[in-house]
Amino acid sequence: MNKCVERLWNGLVKENPTLVLMLGMCPTLAVTTSAINGLGMGLTTTVVLALSNVIISLLRKIIPDKIRIPAFIVIIASFVTIMQLLLQAYLPSLYAALGIYIPLIVVNCIILGRAEAYAYKNPVLPSLFDGLGMGLGFSIALTCIGLVRELLGGGEVFGIHVMPQAFTPISIFKLAPGAFFVLAVLTAIQNKVKIEGAKKGKDVSKIQSGCNSDCMHCADSGCSKRLIEIDEVEEIKEEK
Amino acid sequence: MSERNDSMMKVSSNPHIRSKVSTSKIMLAVILALLPTTIFGIRNFGLHALLLVLVTIASTVVTEALFEAVMKKPLTIFDFSAVVTGLLLALNLPPKAPLWIGIIGGVFAILVVKMLFGGLGQNFMNPALAARCFLLISFPVIMTDFTCDAYSGATPLAALKAGESVNILDMVIGNTAGTIGETSMIAIVFGACILILMGIIDLRIPGSYIVTFILFIGLFGGHGFDYSYISAHLAGGGLMLGAFFMATDYVTRPVTKFGQVLFGILLGILTGIFRIFGAGAEGVSYAIIIGNLLVPLIEKITYPRAFGKGGERL
Repeated sequence: MNKCVERLWNGLVKENPTLVLMLGMCPTLAVTTSAINGLGMGLTTTVVLALSNVIISLLRKIIPDKIRIPAFIVIIASFVTIMQLLLQAYLPSLYAALGIYIPLIVVNCIILGRAEAYAYKNPVLPSLFDGLGMGLGFSIALTCIGLVRELLGGGEVFGIHVMPQAFTPISIFKLAPGAFFVLAVLTAIQNKVKIEGAKKGKDVSKIQSGCNSDCMHCADSGCSKRLIEIDEVEEIKEEK
Repeated sequence: MSERNDSMMKVSSNPHIRSKVSTSKIMLAVILALLPTTIFGIRNFGLHALLLVLVTIASTVVTEALFEAVMKKPLTIFDFSAVVTGLLLALNLPPKAPLWIGIIGGVFAILVVKMLFGGLGQNFMNPALAARCFLLISFPVIMTDFTCDAYSGATPLAALKAGESVNILDMVIGNTAGTIGETSMIAIVFGACILILMGIIDLRIPGSYIVTFILFIGLFGGHGFDYSYISAHLAGGGLMLGAFFMATDYVTRPVTKFGQVLFGILLGILTGIFRIFGAGAEGVSYAIIIGNLLVPLIEKITYPRAFGKGGERL
């Protein structure tokens, strides 16, 4: 059970996919115009992430090594399709707000990254909590970004007007540049907190995840765990 | 670079030539050159314009001082570059803009565009213009409302775009609606002459900018090389202020001479595209900051050969 708590903590704080690993930037920047959109996107991704981690972990002995990426994509895409249909049926307003970014969850590199770096090598229960932790970390980061953007760009929090009448909305925060500003400031705050923590002797190193799942900057080119070749990483980024 | 370096002993190989030019002297000269258009703007638009100028300058200087105090860095406000940024930003604001617009713009210009990228010399685009564009996107209603006591209605450029006739003499003198510092072509050119005579700027960028712009307007403006249409475009909007005072910013212009000419040509084409084909009437600010972003590429293709003609390109 300890392992599961550790996985949650890892996803939420130590290896927060948005603020530390800088993964899944496309939905992060695109859908966080309001807190509710950020939360919706985050929770949808969490469900897909947790379920696909479970299935991939269950099938990890069956999936042949050479075709594991297509196998992962098929599993992830199935869950995304389920989520898409559920959202369309029960939360049509959120479905309309998120638009194309729901099907694009398939190519969200957080999900593929966790499948490869963790679920493919670990038992079911830790994989489930790994997915939950990463997904919740993603949700919290997206909600925070959405909250700040909504507050500054519209004077609202979760759709409720909170700013005084005299406040003029700074509309740039509703647009793409605002997303970059807020993400940069949140990341800077997160780094500052970590540096201060490290000075006080706290352990802020990333928890072992098999590797740091950063194949782009990994010197070990002969690594057997290598997720995908660098050019494939570029391709996935471009697709996103 | 700055005053504090002048007093330092430097060890280097000869020959030794000491220049009396320092950052603070250049910045003071730019401030002096901007005074005619500032004074004209205040005379034209009244006391609120003066307040707006002072508040914006105070905002940039205080932001720089506070940032350096918090980050425990040497204080650089006495190189006056923050004053120049504040003054240029204020000259780009509508005369009736509320004072907090100046404060937000000043903080954004110094904190985000200048200090976070490493201070003077490291900013990747002109801080004053970046702040103006930030304000323009953030507060489109306030930033495009040029109505004031003296003038009402559209700026000359907007009127021109709508197909109305404009009084070119008024535009050259500056008796029109517009931002605080952009209306008077005479005052700006007078200030620019001071800078050119002092050798602080040369005509490479403004010259190639304006000539390209005239050609572009003549070819694509829909009026041919019509004298009055072209002069209205030259005297209207921020073209003169941008060409002489913003595009020539030492930090954000290319360093190579041919690169500077290319930079001016690029700005002329971009401004023409924005003014003729864009949705808005004005496009100088966006043209210059986009130009600023392309400066590294311009410098790359105009990099001088290492050993004279025929040498290997570095």
